Amino acid sequence: MAAKRRAHAPVFAALGDVTRLSLVAKLCAGQPRSISQLTEGSHLTRQAITKHLRVLERAEIVHSVRAGRESLFEFDPGPLEEIRNHLDSVSEQWDQALSRLKSFVEC
Amino acid sequence: MDHRIEKRIELKAPVSRVWRALTDHHEFGEWFRVKLDGPFVPGQVSRGHITYPGYEHVKWEAVVQKMDPERLFSFTWHPYAVDPKIDYSKETPTLVEFRLEKTVTGTLLLLTESGFDKIPSDRRIEAFRMNDGGWTEQMKNIESYVAKSS
Repeated sequence: MAAKRRAHAPVFAALGDVTRLSLVAKLCAGQPRSISQLTEGSHLTRQAITKHLRVLERAEIVHSVRAGRESLFEFDPGPLEEIRNHLDSVSEQWDQALSRLKSFVEC
Repeated sequence: MDHRIEKRIELKAPVSRVWRALTDHHEFGEWFRVKLDGPFVPGQVSRGHITYPGYEHVKWEAVVQKMDPERLFSFTWHPYAVDPKIDYSKETPTLVEFRLEKTVTGTLLLLTESGFDKIPSDRRIEAFRMNDGGWTEQMKNIESYVAKSS
């Protein structure tokens, strides 16, 4: 648990925005997409979309791969799974602590 | 993603007994496995170190929030901040609340730990549940949520 844990705040912060959530939603289908594809259908400029993608990239929720002259962006479930695992482990620790409390007060 | 931990446990002991086990720093230390430097005082930092085998290097630090006798005890902390290489002070602290209710057989203890994130909307958080449907399903939820709000 300890070794794998990284700061979660940037991940949460990156997801705390509707535009970025919608980009994650598009990308998590599995298909890498170009900035043009991701800009399509949104009323934001290409520059704005790029900026949001960079935020997601810094949080390692997406990463970009070169395809010829274009950058394609791809979803990486890793950071979100880590958060899930972290919550599970905190939850498990509480189960153990509360069962010790139970033995402690019931004896 | 469920961003709140909730536990309920029935204890066959009077509320006064459970309250003491939670708020007396020696007693708390017994079951929580932490050696605390001093008593819990609302608004003050509680310091000590974990005594759980294998985690003795870990410091305990929490800020006591509320002590409403036999009803509510709460503190904020960085949950299981066990990796010395990580600067936990940059992470948002979580809020731990113990609520006590008298029952026929003893005490019902409700524990919640909340604030694992800064995502403002509960609905967005709900959309991140990864439990059952897998990512694709969850992302459809987000997509429809986002579609509604834009």
